[in-house]
Amino acid sequence: MKLHTLHVLVENKAGVLARIAGLFSRRGFNIESLAVGTCEEAGMSRMTIVVLGDDAQIEQVKKQLNKLIDVIKVSDITEQSTVSRELALIKVAAEPGETRAGVMQIANIFRAQIIDVGAKTVILEVTGDSEKIDALETLLRQYGIKEFVRTGKIALLRGQKGIKSTK
Amino acid sequence: MKTGAKLLVESLQREGAGTIFGYPGGSVLPIYDELYDAPIRHILVRHEQAAAHAADGYARASGRVGVCLATSGPGACNLVTGIATAYMDSVPLVAITGQVPTFMLGNDAFQESDITGITMPVTKHSYLVKRAADIGQVVKDAFYIAGTGRQGPVLVDIPKDVMTAQIDIEPPIGRARLRGYQPTYEGHALQIEKAVTLIGEAERPLLYVGGGVIASGASEEVRRLAELMLIPVATTLMGLGAVPCDHPLNLGMIGMHGTEAANYAVTECDLLIAVGVRFDDRVTGKIDAFAPNARIIHIDIDPAEIGKNKPVDVPIVGDAGKVLQSIIRRLIKKEGREMWLARTRHWKEAQTVRDGEDGLSPAHIIREMSDLLGDRGIVVTEVGQNQMWAAQHYCFRRPRTWISSGGLGTMGYGFPAAIGAHFARPDETVVDVAGDGSFQMNIQELGTVAQYKVPVKVVILNNMYLGMVRQWQELFYDRRYSYTELPAVDFVGIARAYGVDGIRVEEKEEVRPALEAAFTTDGPFVLDFRIEREANVFPMVPAGAAINEMIGRRQR
Ligand SMILES: Cc1ncc(C[n+]2csc(CCOP(=O)(O)OP(=O)(O)O)c2C)c(N)n1
Repeated sequence: MKLHTLHVLVENKAGVLARIAGLFSRRGFNIESLAVGTCEEAGMSRMTIVVLGDDAQIEQVKKQLNKLIDVIKVSDITEQSTVSRELALIKVAAEPGETRAGVMQIANIFRAQIIDVGAKTVILEVTGDSEKIDALETLLRQYGIKEFVRTGKIALLRGQKGIKSTK
Repeated sequence: MKTGAKLLVESLQREGAGTIFGYPGGSVLPIYDELYDAPIRHILVRHEQAAAHAADGYARASGRVGVCLATSGPGACNLVTGIATAYMDSVPLVAITGQVPTFMLGNDAFQESDITGITMPVTKHSYLVKRAADIGQVVKDAFYIAGTGRQGPVLVDIPKDVMTAQIDIEPPIGRARLRGYQPTYEGHALQIEKAVTLIGEAERPLLYVGGGVIASGASEEVRRLAELMLIPVATTLMGLGAVPCDHPLNLGMIGMHGTEAANYAVTECDLLIAVGVRFDDRVTGKIDAFAPNARIIHIDIDPAEIGKNKPVDVPIVGDAGKVLQSIIRRLIKKEGREMWLARTRHWKEAQTVRDGEDGLSPAHIIREMSDLLGDRGIVVTEVGQNQMWAAQHYCFRRPRTWISSGGLGTMGYGFPAAIGAHFARPDETVVDVAGDGSFQMNIQELGTVAQYKVPVKVVILNNMYLGMVRQWQELFYDRRYSYTELPAVDFVGIARAYGVDGIRVEEKEEVRPALEAAFTTDGPFVLDFRIEREANVFPMVPAGAAINEMIGRRQR
């Protein structure tokens, strides 16, 4: 069992997300993260899906995804050279003074932006791979995390290679 | 200018939908108004579930796409069992439903249901049509998706205001346009080469063929391969009729209620050539003990079926007929294999059926029926013992003469499906083999057969039990018949009340005359056979046991 990153090109139509999510739940596949948005090709969206499974399970996931009429292309990019990012927003308890200075120092090291400052809280914005965000979360926990959201992973192949609807 | 409803009806015509099965309601009134003088025949059923099953039976008997129509909300929901039945057996179906107007969508309006959401797990694809101008293309795409690749049901949900909108558009000509849908028909050359080698080398090969062979029209190719290479054939429940029952290489049905010959052969074979099958648990029993010593070639149009339940050595994605043709072309006729063929022949001869019982035996009824109909019959069944007895004892010689709910096992399927089969093949005698329980699930369709004089013959194997469940209770629950006994019903009386003729049969001598009376009557006919109450279906592989661990026949 390991985490696989799938890159899925789909028609940008109503109900596509429901079909994909339904397929995962109905067949008992576990989604770790899923990110969707429009892309450079008109009428299409790109999805990045992170799913946990062994080789046979991932093979089934790919085949079942491919059966959906609105799915144009599915690629497992786990073993390929990719850049991947996640975005997270973290609201941390940070009273003015020593604590706030500590939070700001950590933000600095992680190249996170401070995008809001309140009386008792600050909000950080950070992008990076999943491990970086996990590490930042762990460090900030000592100050008290009020709220935490992350987008899920998005990924692209490096260099000339790409995943297109046509070859 | 014309309405969306008119465009829908024109598009259905363009796709060749000659007969549709449906039931009206407020949300589909614009469509019904168009149907009033359209050259499409509409059959009014008595329950929407029957509309879906009838369209399904029509599709299975003809190989064309079946069409059913229902109103929004309750009408659409009543289609669900029929859609799911078609989905599990890969039957090409287009289900059209009315929907509340677009501006009320999502408001829990009167008779609104999210039917695309409800049916998503049991359709191949679905559409909620939001603009009248899209109707033509959607219908074209829906028929294309339903009838190609691995076939299946497609839902088209149309809001009422879309049906009444005025547009100036013709049904599109040309092909469907779908970027994400390109089924593979030709097998991969390298895999075909590998298959050819394995088939040449095998000492104990077995063909394992299913519904995919019927769907693809590949019966001829299966027979040619079997005869050329001297390979015995086992068919699944869905594959009955792919090879004639009396062909010397046919070992009969495989699986839970399969023949000893088929089940032993799969256990001993060294090469399994699986064509258009999906390694269903009712076939394989304990999966590790299924073909334990064999290399496996798996030919299927759906890549997701290959390797899903059992790892295979040679996967071939493609149309069964096309792939078999490429394989046959490269093969050199096989001599020998005498040992293996003799062994399978021995199993076959040892399994001769004994009637044994004094009462009215279901096997006897089915065999008499088979004898009388010869090559003229289409047998549709309900679900339970009746289904298995029909599968075991009727001699199927041609594809599309056996119609049964295999994947979902839907009680109440047979009678409406038989109605659909009649409209697809009016030249054939269509028989619904029923249990008293199943028949009561869609018994109201007696009204439909009476109204349209549909000459379907209902053969009820009446044991006054939910027989198959009772059999399991007898074998695995210490004969505690919890809620499986059904009181006697005067089926002939009910039929008469609808205007349908019938006979009740209690004696063995009456079987043949009663069947003859039914088959020579022009209209519909109900035969109520009061069979031995506790007759069982044997042989049987208990759920989860190995396929060759069959429990005996008649052990009372
Ligand atoms: C809609 C539905 N409900 C329940 C079942 C479970 N079931 C399978 S066989 C069976 C008994 C069928 O009884 P009957 O129609 O009288 O046929 P018999 O087995 O006696 O031939 C039942 C209840 C089913 N298959 N379908």
